[in-house]
Amino acid sequence: MSSEWPLWEVFIRGQHGLNHRHVGSLHAPDAEMAIHNARDVYTRRNEGVSIWVVRSTDITASVPSEKGPLFDPSNSKVYRHPTFFDVPEEVGHM
Amino acid sequence: MYAQMVKTDGACVKSLEDMEPQERAFQERIDAGQKIEPKEWMPEGYRKTLVRQISQHAHSEIVGQLPEGNWITRAPTLERKAILLAKVQDEAGHGLYLYCAAETLGISRDEMYEQLHCGKAKYSSIFNYPTLSWADIGAIGWLVDGAAIMNQVPLQRCSYGPYARAMVRICKEESFHQRQGFDVLAKMVKGTPAQKAMVQDALDRWWWPSLMMFGPSDDASVHSAQSMAWKIKQNSNDELRQKFVDQTVPQADYLGLTVPDPELKWNEAKGGYDFGQPDWKEFFEVIAGNGPCNAERLGARRKAWDDGAWFREGLAAHATKAEQRRTAGQAAG
Repeated sequence: MSSEWPLWEVFIRGQHGLNHRHVGSLHAPDAEMAIHNARDVYTRRNEGVSIWVVRSTDITASVPSEKGPLFDPSNSKVYRHPTFFDVPEEVGHM
Repeated sequence: MYAQMVKTDGACVKSLEDMEPQERAFQERIDAGQKIEPKEWMPEGYRKTLVRQISQHAHSEIVGQLPEGNWITRAPTLERKAILLAKVQDEAGHGLYLYCAAETLGISRDEMYEQLHCGKAKYSSIFNYPTLSWADIGAIGWLVDGAAIMNQVPLQRCSYGPYARAMVRICKEESFHQRQGFDVLAKMVKGTPAQKAMVQDALDRWWWPSLMMFGPSDDASVHSAQSMAWKIKQNSNDELRQKFVDQTVPQADYLGLTVPDPELKWNEAKGGYDFGQPDWKEFFEVIAGNGPCNAERLGARRKAWDDGAWFREGLAAHATKAEQRRTAGQAAG
């Protein structure tokens, strides 16, 4: 049936100054109802202080099968991690 | 369980050597404990089996609201009523988490509803039994949610990411359900002899249907073996049933109740209880649609869907109009 309400992805900011985080999705006729529904479905136990909703069709995702080429450029750059460098013991904490 | 006797697609479990490279890579990821995510390649059988299992699980949560909803208006105190309302609302939430997880596999919400309403999709046999007294509400929380937890805790480690994550949320909330049920009964057994008798009667009626929730013995089942290889089932039905009995009998003792099974006996050697078999003929009858409340439950779901049509359409029409007004306003401005 084509009358199905659109799907929305729900993002919630927890109590502790964190980023909004994807928690799931739901159906709603519009953005306002999506926020109301998200409150009832995903924050029944004070899980959040703020809600974002985004239409699922508005999200562009990377392609899972292209994971290799997409992330490959960072694979060879191990020097980006601080543990790449030896710090002499005498230097102490750095 | 909440998903009972889910048919698995796959004639037999293939060995890694017999698999095409793509399927082999998939199985190796599962064996390594990696999660499979929605848009990734998966065998068609894996997808179909999961759709069946997750949607059946979701339907169970939604239909499961009905037996308890029966007592919201008749709860003995305002506090009990508020608690039961919150519990039933959680069940609706659990259904929604699960429907969304199933939708990531390419089935639409309306298709799933349609399968439930036409009787093609199943839901747990347990919800086709009536709730005759307030003690039944306690028994459902204690036994039915207790049995559900047994099954759902291992499903948090299921190989399909969206299902596993939905189970994490559900398990967090499920413990409240079981405790509130036990609390109802713990209060009643300290009441009048009539109240205590009511609790015993509830246990007598709910014990065997609760054991049936785990499904018939599946040790030799191909469905089970394939689902286990795919890590969408972690334990055999008998294993979980044994665990449930071992956990629940001491709680019944604490409440001063008698478990209605003459064969129930502690077995020191195996470190668990020996117990009798439920009436599997009754189970298959209930699954086939001939339980005490099947018609009533499906009737209530269909009525809710049909009666809500004008509301769903109204909100959709309002959303479309508001959107048109907005775009027209933008064009003019």
